Amino acid sequence: MANTPAVLISGLTKHYGTVRALDGLDLTVRTGEVHGFLGPNGSGKTTTLRILLGLLRAGSGHAELLGGDPWRDAVELHRRLAYVPGDVVLWPSLSGGEAIDLLGRLRGGLDPRRKAALLERFDLDPGRKGRAYSKGNRQKVALIAALASDVELLLLDEPTSGLDPLMEAVFREVIGEERARGRTVLLSSHVLSEVEALCDQVTIIRDGRAVQTGTLAELRHLTRITISAELERAPDGLAGLAGVHDLIAEGPRVRCQVDGEHLQAVLRVLTDAGVRTLTCQPATLEELFLRHYQVAA
Amino acid sequence: MTGTLTLLRLALRRDRVLLPAWIVVIVGVVVASASAIAELYPQAGQRIALGVTIGAAPALQALTGPVFDASSVGGLTAWRGVAMTSVLAALMSLLTVIRHTRAEEETGRAELVGACAVGRHALAASAVLLAAAANLLIALLITVGLAGQGLPPAGALAFGLAVGGTGWVFTGVALLAAQLTEHARTARAIAAAALGLAFLLRALGDAAKVEMLAWLSPLGWAQRMRAFAGERWWVVALFAVAGAVLVAAAALVARRRDLGSGLVPARPGVTEAAPSLRSPMALAWRLQRGVLLGWSVGFAVVGLLFGALARSVGDIVGDNPQLAAILAAMGGAGALTDTFLAAELGLLGLVAGAYAVQATLRLQGEEAALRAEPVLATAVARRRWILSHLVMALGGSAMVLAAGGLAAGIAHGLRIGDPFGQGGRMLGAALVQVPATWTLAGIAMLLFGLLPRLTVLAWVALLAFALLGQLGELLQLADWVRDLSPFAHVPRALGQPLDLGPLLWLGAVTAALLLAGMTAFQRRDVQGG
Repeated sequence: MANTPAVLISGLTKHYGTVRALDGLDLTVRTGEVHGFLGPNGSGKTTTLRILLGLLRAGSGHAELLGGDPWRDAVELHRRLAYVPGDVVLWPSLSGGEAIDLLGRLRGGLDPRRKAALLERFDLDPGRKGRAYSKGNRQKVALIAALASDVELLLLDEPTSGLDPLMEAVFREVIGEERARGRTVLLSSHVLSEVEALCDQVTIIRDGRAVQTGTLAELRHLTRITISAELERAPDGLAGLAGVHDLIAEGPRVRCQVDGEHLQAVLRVLTDAGVRTLTCQPATLEELFLRHYQVAA
Repeated sequence: MTGTLTLLRLALRRDRVLLPAWIVVIVGVVVASASAIAELYPQAGQRIALGVTIGAAPALQALTGPVFDASSVGGLTAWRGVAMTSVLAALMSLLTVIRHTRAEEETGRAELVGACAVGRHALAASAVLLAAAANLLIALLITVGLAGQGLPPAGALAFGLAVGGTGWVFTGVALLAAQLTEHARTARAIAAAALGLAFLLRALGDAAKVEMLAWLSPLGWAQRMRAFAGERWWVVALFAVAGAVLVAAAALVARRRDLGSGLVPARPGVTEAAPSLRSPMALAWRLQRGVLLGWSVGFAVVGLLFGALARSVGDIVGDNPQLAAILAAMGGAGALTDTFLAAELGLLGLVAGAYAVQATLRLQGEEAALRAEPVLATAVARRRWILSHLVMALGGSAMVLAAGGLAAGIAHGLRIGDPFGQGGRMLGAALVQVPATWTLAGIAMLLFGLLPRLTVLAWVALLAFALLGQLGELLQLADWVRDLSPFAHVPRALGQPLDLGPLLWLGAVTAALLLAGMTAFQRRDVQGG
């Protein structure tokens, strides 16, 4: 079982009328990993999750969840996963505590001690009626219901939208613990710092296709590193080197971007010119992300 | 009030199909009735004979009110049309107002609008203007339509104002109801209950000949404008003032509350779910139990009142020798009482159809509000989720009918000294309505499965069945047209042996509709945000 990926999607398509929501998506989430699913609004993240939940019927292509067919085996599979929708709507007449208990029981039971601990950590008052909660608090209700269930896989659709920074920190802690307990998480998000802090693997989706996938380290390797240095004298021939971009050289002060694979050659030129200070910043996910989208635009 | 006109344009854009459809149906019913009566009863003598028959049928008068002038085509049209179209105008007004006020607040769209350069009362004002304009248009079109048929213009105007005036009063009722609670659903229930009460007061007043009762109801005012029978123009002022007072009261309440909240604050809930809240059925029960209780109480009250009245029906007619002759031909006072009770049960069956439709369409409400999604993402099969709400729809409509029938039987039985016997007899007779009522749940279910965006057609079907039942006989529509309504096939249950055949095949049709709807839902996408 350990070899079966938790999620295996290949060549998946989905149309809404004439609108193409998914256009040959590939996505693999291995068991035990926290997988970041990144993409701008409307790129197909929610559609993908809803297909995995059997709420939508896939067009062509293949989608497999925990070794089963998400449409045909929906009920059996749903016992083994928990889902937090991006837009949490609660029943106006039910309190938050009732909604948590109900959703947990419908999934096959939840751990009352874990629920109590999560209520405490997320600082949620479970006694208020659904209508009285703010967006962030509704989000917490769905998160607690999902996290208090003993399931193998968590499908989270932009789970921190509406949470304050303090609660985002709690969320990160909790997901860290879930990973340590061996749960698999598919985390759709566009909060890059969150994905950077939590995810082992990242898939970037645009217009219904995966445009980039791999570990954060792999993705970073593909991108540029920002270097700024103060040297003893102006460097020789830096501008002519392969892989150097956006060079700003004011005598001994140098700032530029370097492709990962050419870093060594550039450093050699810099050390030859005598290094006083040197900062070397790997690209943030944000830069990576923006680059993908700007290329598209 | 800044921004009212912009919001009015928005409302017109959103209602560009719905509102014209209401207006066309209401005006169409009136004009079609007038032309049918003119065609079918061309001689004054025929019309007067019809008037006498009507006078002999208190059950009919409870539905339609008294005939003020049977000799003219206009008088008969007013008798047949005013009661029904006033109810329709009231329904149109209350649904429109709540749709554009409380429903907007509940969804949060009002917040989006309220943050713009828009006055505090602009939303309410635009909704009131919209409903008022629709009612004025109805009054105008009815006047033109009836006068165009060659009827006296004064009567035509009175008819139009009676219908539009009722709509205007219920515009005020709905606006006030919208201020009281946080939920559009509850506001609609309050306004609809007010309409039901108005209908009941008028029906009781007309059937038992208690003028005071009928004057308590705006629907009674509409008839007592006496279109085509010596118009009482001052009633127009009654409509105008009553509507204005209600709107002003709503404005007063609105000033005392925050956006999104009701006058009645939401109470805090419990922190943990009861152990029983662990299945889709438990959730459906929890979501629908309040509504079911309200409907059951309403049906029981209506049943009690009609039941208490049933015996008097024979007495009223007894005074008039001409009517007594007709009565004897129909089988005596007992038969008349039975006819009256059966007519009342038929009406309850139709209204229970509305319960069945709204309870079934809870499925659609839950799906559209994105509350179905988290449930269906747990280990709940779609079939189970559907069945949970269907149990509420089918069981609930049987329950409200049982409450109405039992109450009517006991009340009638107490007057003739046989509460248990009559209670049982009327309970059985009420349950005979159940299969036809369930057919509406079947139609709603099929629409939900196949055409979830067009579930409003279930209400259209209910309205069509109601109109067929009310007008089919008078307009002498072809049998096959009248047979389109499931209620046309409900067998007589009082005073003769029950014919089970129609109940069985209505049940079979319903089962097929439900099954088809469920299968379609299991194959389609769940609608997302």
